[in-house]
Amino acid sequence: MIQVRILLVMMIIGAAIAIGSTDLICAIVALGVVGLGISLIFLLLQAPDLAILQLVVEIMSLVIMIRAFGMKDTVNIRERRFIATSISVILMGFFLVFSMAAIFEIPRFGSPLMKTSLFYLRNGFRQTGVPNMVSAIILDYRSLDMLGQVVIAFSAAIGLVLIGRKKIHASTANRAEREQK
Amino acid sequence: MTVIVKTVTRYTDVLILMFGMYFIFNGHLTHGGGFVGGIIVALSFIHVMLAFGKEVALKRVTERIIKLCVGLGAISFLLIGIIGFTKGAFLYNFFRKPGVDYIGEPFSLFSSGIMPLMNVAICLAVASGFYAIFIALVVYKIGKRR
Repeated sequence: MIQVRILLVMMIIGAAIAIGSTDLICAIVALGVVGLGISLIFLLLQAPDLAILQLVVEIMSLVIMIRAFGMKDTVNIRERRFIATSISVILMGFFLVFSMAAIFEIPRFGSPLMKTSLFYLRNGFRQTGVPNMVSAIILDYRSLDMLGQVVIAFSAAIGLVLIGRKKIHASTANRAEREQK
Repeated sequence: MTVIVKTVTRYTDVLILMFGMYFIFNGHLTHGGGFVGGIIVALSFIHVMLAFGKEVALKRVTERIIKLCVGLGAISFLLIGIIGFTKGAFLYNFFRKPGVDYIGEPFSLFSSGIMPLMNVAICLAVASGFYAIFIALVVYKIGKRR
């Protein structure tokens, strides 16, 4: 799995560039490295469903973030905050020390626990008659989770439409009319 | 945008839309599904808006239709679940006959009961939802109340 490790190092470098860069568009494009790296890792671990989803969502979020942030303002904060940085580094160290106990309990990479998923792999095609096992799980066995996912997309769209009800082009048209008078 | 972008968009946009439709209607046979197909369909509409501007993009598919589609997708997913109550449970596959495991013929396009219908409902909700988010960022004024 040397490819996965190379991709992980690339993703860490991309995230560091996204934090440290002074330009907003540069930061957004460097953040794209993280998502596309995750997509390639899913493809290497033989999960093409998740790879397609991650690739498409990454492109969409890149377009939306550039449209939302990239053109408007390029404010950056350059002041150094010593106390806040040191407190966060110490808390991060505590978190890493305590999470080591959990990391040693995880089964090794490449040998997962096959208790629930073995049942789906054995009986899934016979019970549902669907060749794509991911579709069989998310739309038949776990379709209540899919209902929650649809509700999340619905409420995100409705909320953003509800927050900004005032149109831009109406006000600019009024201003143009006033200038003509 | 320039003439090159507009000409390329005019030819490739229908292909992107068809690729999304392929993902939706074959979601229960190959990789993909309603969520991925919905986002690709939304990307094809965003492509038109980025190339030609918002007046051209909102002329045929107006904001009323998009808001209607957002509600229609979520409501139809819920309705498919509620119809399952007639056979016993919420979100039950109500085309299933008792004693028979497969629904329809496996590996064919019209099979497996409610799954293609659910894929279409998810596609409607997701595609119009993400397109509405993009329109809200472009058209509406957020913050700065006078």
